[in-house]
Amino acid sequence: MSKLLSLLILFTSALASAQEITVAAAADMSAALPELVAAYTKKTGQTVKLSFGASGNLTNQIRNGAPFDIFFSADEQYPQQLISEGLASKDTLYRYAVGRLVLWVPADSPLDLSKLGIQALLDPSVKKISIANPATAPYGRAAAAALRHFGIYDRVSGRLVLGESVSQAAQFVESGNAQAGLIALSHALAPTMKGKGRYWTVPLDAYPTLNQAAVVLSKSKQQDAARRFLEFLRSPEATSLLTGYGFSLPAEKH
Amino acid sequence: MNWEAFWLTVRLAAIVSMLLLAIGIPIAYWVTYSRWRWKFLIEAAVALPIVLPPTVLGFYVLVALGSRSPLGRWWESLTGHTLAFTFEGLVIGSLLYSLPFAVQPFAASFGAVDPTLLRASASLGQSPVQTFRRIVLPLSKAGLVTGFALSFAHTLGEFGVVLMVGGNIPGVTRTISIDIYDQVQTANYSSANWTALVLLVISFVVLSVVYGLNRRPWAVGPWR
Repeated sequence: MSKLLSLLILFTSALASAQEITVAAAADMSAALPELVAAYTKKTGQTVKLSFGASGNLTNQIRNGAPFDIFFSADEQYPQQLISEGLASKDTLYRYAVGRLVLWVPADSPLDLSKLGIQALLDPSVKKISIANPATAPYGRAAAAALRHFGIYDRVSGRLVLGESVSQAAQFVESGNAQAGLIALSHALAPTMKGKGRYWTVPLDAYPTLNQAAVVLSKSKQQDAARRFLEFLRSPEATSLLTGYGFSLPAEKH
Repeated sequence: MNWEAFWLTVRLAAIVSMLLLAIGIPIAYWVTYSRWRWKFLIEAAVALPIVLPPTVLGFYVLVALGSRSPLGRWWESLTGHTLAFTFEGLVIGSLLYSLPFAVQPFAASFGAVDPTLLRASASLGQSPVQTFRRIVLPLSKAGLVTGFALSFAHTLGEFGVVLMVGGNIPGVTRTISIDIYDQVQTANYSSANWTALVLLVISFVVLSVVYGLNRRPWAVGPWR
């Protein structure tokens, strides 16, 4: 029995020393990042563990000592805060994409998004509008900013439901519990949601730019492996995968 | 301290524990006196929320209440809105979530009533319902209060189900545990601290009432 136990311990410690890196990532990357990681693991053998959440929630977890190596944030402001607190290394900060906000409705919705645009939210058939929680999720702040930009925030605020992250906001409208949602373009294009609804892309000038940025965390014991993974993000393979999910590249202007 | 969330949660817990008093007593009655051979299956189903992850319950409730389920559509045709993201939706979720915390103490106290009293009552011509009302219920007062208090406290602390079906709407579905979660996530620790302390104190008081009621001052310890 004790032999079995020591074997087990040996086995698990061997697994841990396989230099796995752990990534905390914004919820809008929940479809794209697993694909990126699969490509990276195939190429290099490096395994990557993923943990998704609202960027604000993840920032708070990192402040409280969560053992992540890399942080992918949907809003550059969070990595900047971590850098100024000495929790992330400034030279690794990399803006990998710009996130896009879309208005999404289920396929059976009667709303004509191409004609109505954001005004579709004023339709009486829209009882609930899902957005991410603006307190912790960059997409939630973008959604609130866009609603204010179009001057309809006060008219729809009573119908807003807040997802814990933009993923949950997407799930609320995908499941039909909300009739419309302001979610990430990357979710609208993800295999799990594609074909289940229609979307209208919110113009970029309607909300502060969602600069997506990744950073290596100072407490990471695998600085080199983490930096190599971020380096991979700049490769044509990675960028074409990101643009396939609707992320525009930081250099591009729209 | 978010008082709006606090009173919302107290209202939810009060409504749920009162409804569970009404729903739980017949169920507990049946569980106590039924001789059906498959009764244990019903008992297991009632106890499920104790071990079931709240996310499982939340997921089922979200699907069952949504506008794509028959129940959700029926409610929508009745009221014009879906049940998810509403206070009524939270009440339904909480009823399921706290059911065993009401039924089990009720059933335990009904089962503890001396059967000779029931036979005496029957021999004096009382119907089973009258016997239950006049003998069993009065003798089960402590169990009824325990079930009521436990389902109240359990609903106060509900988190996973509310997170999944609530939608975090201030004044409607943002309960106190969701509020604490939000405060912690935004690093607002001092506010989270106060709210958490209030919940801790209330939970302790409720449990003290439960254990205080159920102590047996006449019990003789082995040391006497």
